[in-house]
Amino acid sequence: MKINILRRPLARALPIAVSVAWAAVATVAQAADTIKVGVLHSLSGTMAISETTLKDTVLMLIDEQNKKGGVLGKKLEPVVVDPASNWPLFAEKAAQLLEKDKVSVVFGCWTSVSRKSVLPVFEKDNGLLFYPVQYEGEESSKNVFYTGAAPNQQAIPAVDYLMNDVGVKRWVLEGTDYVYPRTTNKILEAYLKAKGVPASDIIINYTPFGFSDWTSEVSKIKAFGSAGKKTAVVSTINGDANVPFYKELGNQKISAEDIPVMAFSVGEEELSGLDTKPLVGHLAAWNYFMSIDTPLNKEWIRRWHTFIKNPKRTFNDPMEATVIGFSLWVKAVEKAGSADPEKVIETLPGLEVPNLTGGTAKVLPNHHITKPVYIGEVRADGQFDVVWKTKTEVPGEAWSHYLASDKGVVADWVKLKCGNYNTITKVCSGQNLK
Amino acid sequence: MSLIRLRTAGTTLGICLILACLGGLRPAAAAGSDLPTALNRLPGASFEDKANIIRDLTQSHPKGARELLQALLEGHVAVRDSDKHVFIVSDDPAGYALTDPLTGRAAGTGATDDFDTVSMNNHLRKSLRAALAQFDLGSPEAAVRAAAVTEMLRSIDESTATILKGQLAHESDAGVRRLIKEGLAMADLDDDVPAPRRLAAIHMLSGSLSPDVYNRLGTLADPGSDTDPAVRRAAVRAMAHIDAWRSFYHAIETLFFGFSLGSVLVLSAIGLAITFGVMGVINMAHGELMMLGAYTVYVMQLILPGHPGASTLLAVPAAFLISGGVGILIERGVVRFLYGRPLETLLATFGISLILQQLARDVFTANNRPVESPPWMSGLWQINGALSITYNRLVIVIFTLAVFAALLMILKRTRLGLEVRAVAQNRAMARAMGIRSQWVDAMTFGLGSGIAGVAGVALSQLTNVGPNLGQSYIVDSFMVVVFGGVGNLWGTLIGGMSLGIVNKILEPYAGAVLGKIIVLIALILFIQRRPRGIFPQKGRAAEA
Repeated sequence: MKINILRRPLARALPIAVSVAWAAVATVAQAADTIKVGVLHSLSGTMAISETTLKDTVLMLIDEQNKKGGVLGKKLEPVVVDPASNWPLFAEKAAQLLEKDKVSVVFGCWTSVSRKSVLPVFEKDNGLLFYPVQYEGEESSKNVFYTGAAPNQQAIPAVDYLMNDVGVKRWVLEGTDYVYPRTTNKILEAYLKAKGVPASDIIINYTPFGFSDWTSEVSKIKAFGSAGKKTAVVSTINGDANVPFYKELGNQKISAEDIPVMAFSVGEEELSGLDTKPLVGHLAAWNYFMSIDTPLNKEWIRRWHTFIKNPKRTFNDPMEATVIGFSLWVKAVEKAGSADPEKVIETLPGLEVPNLTGGTAKVLPNHHITKPVYIGEVRADGQFDVVWKTKTEVPGEAWSHYLASDKGVVADWVKLKCGNYNTITKVCSGQNLK
Repeated sequence: MSLIRLRTAGTTLGICLILACLGGLRPAAAAGSDLPTALNRLPGASFEDKANIIRDLTQSHPKGARELLQALLEGHVAVRDSDKHVFIVSDDPAGYALTDPLTGRAAGTGATDDFDTVSMNNHLRKSLRAALAQFDLGSPEAAVRAAAVTEMLRSIDESTATILKGQLAHESDAGVRRLIKEGLAMADLDDDVPAPRRLAAIHMLSGSLSPDVYNRLGTLADPGSDTDPAVRRAAVRAMAHIDAWRSFYHAIETLFFGFSLGSVLVLSAIGLAITFGVMGVINMAHGELMMLGAYTVYVMQLILPGHPGASTLLAVPAAFLISGGVGILIERGVVRFLYGRPLETLLATFGISLILQQLARDVFTANNRPVESPPWMSGLWQINGALSITYNRLVIVIFTLAVFAALLMILKRTRLGLEVRAVAQNRAMARAMGIRSQWVDAMTFGLGSGIAGVAGVALSQLTNVGPNLGQSYIVDSFMVVVFGGVGNLWGTLIGGMSLGIVNKILEPYAGAVLGKIIVLIALILFIQRRPRGIFPQKGRAAEA
């Protein structure tokens, strides 16, 4: 244990020292007439696999916007920091972006822990954060716009698909042990029970971050799934624990036809680090798939390949959410005539931009957006075939009405000016207090 | 449920066929089941249309149908955008190499963008497998026939039962015969079968460990079901018999999982047992030396593309040399100036670990690198219906034991080993006897580091190959060495294996997170009672 204590502060101090030095250089070099855009994504550590791409996406968007002449006649200037998959470091880096670099907007975070860690900073400094990843809901902050899916835009439709179209009767809720899987599974458990699934047909398992010894877990799933009722795994396993999980599924010969795995955090990017042949047919629920054939989608994939100079790179759901968030921000700044976060936050609700796969993303008063929901099956080439989609876009709900504690709670920053308003007791419990 | 649905579908189809005959039409044309018709129907077909096409092809068996169905299952059928012509495709430098499904001849190549792959879903893949199984029953190889029978048994209905009965009549292989009999007995469990036949079927199945049998009996034994009481009692008895065997095999499986986790722990700790245990150097860069070994596999696979087996085997000596070399550099460059100052050694080697991690990030990027598994390390060995062992774990258990034996041989049987032990026990005396202690130090550190590299090769098959690989194993490695007793290789082996087994026994009850916490607490209590681990070093050197 001694080892661990010694490692941590050092691991933290080193990148800070480096980035402080780097920031000092950057400040001197900056021109006066720019709008600064903060990028707060981990470029190292366990989440780097997912987050590095989002950093590149924001840089591409800024680059393209600057080629079009910037926003309000000013060039955009990216300020990139590396919070190194270290949750407390996220808060420090956010404070640095808002207080020292005085950025107008931040695009960042992936895990919910990191978002929860920066939330107080954004609320204190009245900053503006675009959060591009599907998350567990139960939150609506004045200073955050959630362009990824809320549970009712991903988890609930995915479970509906399994229940109605695949005929699943037994459920394994398998997740990494942190806030997103825990809350999502709480909502799903309440939802399944409301649909009449007995408690004996649901098991919930959690494993630590970066878990790699999946033998027993997978064998448990296999045993649970061979009880004569159609079984599915709903996976909220995050980050690089997915690779050994799917490897073990493949090794234990659990095919998607027997026990399909519906993943909420596995997209094209994660599959690119994996031999996908044993995974064919496993499922993922997202609001975007690279394989969806629309002219706008093809156009963006082409732009991405040109920017990253590699025609093999994938485009995924959080990247689309970043594109939507960025387009919304540009639209809001132009409409407000200022990049001041306060004014942009007031302007954003009601704005619309097109989704890459069709339909529109509209900002709702609860700071979430409307999104289409797709279910895809993994193909041998690491892409997804869409096997199901919602008829129209689904509006994001910050608070889930399947949880007893959320009954009657709404978020509305336009009329009510409250992120957690209880319509029964008529009380606002602040930004995101329970 | 699905059984009933399948049956209704069968009846409907039968009626359709009869109607078609009455109408004076050729049945093939009516069902659209010859190959050209099927190919015309494929472009733009919905999943439901595709299910019909597959069913029609299975019933009419036209020439070339098997190849087409196989290609559909693998996702190798594509439609040319320009003329809606269907081809079987395979990867080619130019995009797709095309095969005409009608003639089975090559039809040139085409760019990937000009084609749309015919997509499949899980339901279709399942029916494709069942369809292919019917074709495979005629195969001359018993193994193929056995696989086909197993596949058909997964969704048995009247039509497949009839086919299997036909097969049983002229089946020569005993294994396949047993499979078919078991499957037919399963079909006999159905409600509309007379009770004596059902009882006979239950009796026949009570020796089977197949999960399908278990489930089927489970529904019969369910007190809520409207089964005949005699049948239910028989089912309950059969279940009790099967349950006893299942829990026996389950215990063996848990034990094996424990050994497999234990081997990973031993493998990652055994190098440390040398540097830390024998030399007393706290090497925080040990995990990064494993990381180097894992990247060696990745690089080897880049050098030898398409040969995952050979490249992984070659990576073993390569990783030993690379990590060992880096280890010697670390010892000569840094550690030798810090002997006898554990805290400084710890900090210095920790610095080295950060440098190596960043180096990996700069060279290989922060993203994980995909490492292919050799064919002999994927899949599983199905011993019986209740027990199966995955090959990759089995290989790693054997590999660990081999590495351990080799290391023991080096230490006990070679001159280097003798010198290492001499220096470890009493440095001054060893030097007085003419041993070049500096050279021995470098070689020992190199040996420990090389073993870490070899461990990295094994880990690349289990987990992510990325810059953080080492960090996730370093704490566990120290834990094993301290638990086993510093300076004792047998202690490391037994310590690692017992930690693995205890972890795996706890995991199903306590969950992975709590299980690990319990093991750690138990370990702390153990170290409190016995600070020197399971096998403490004895003798004067240990007291010093």
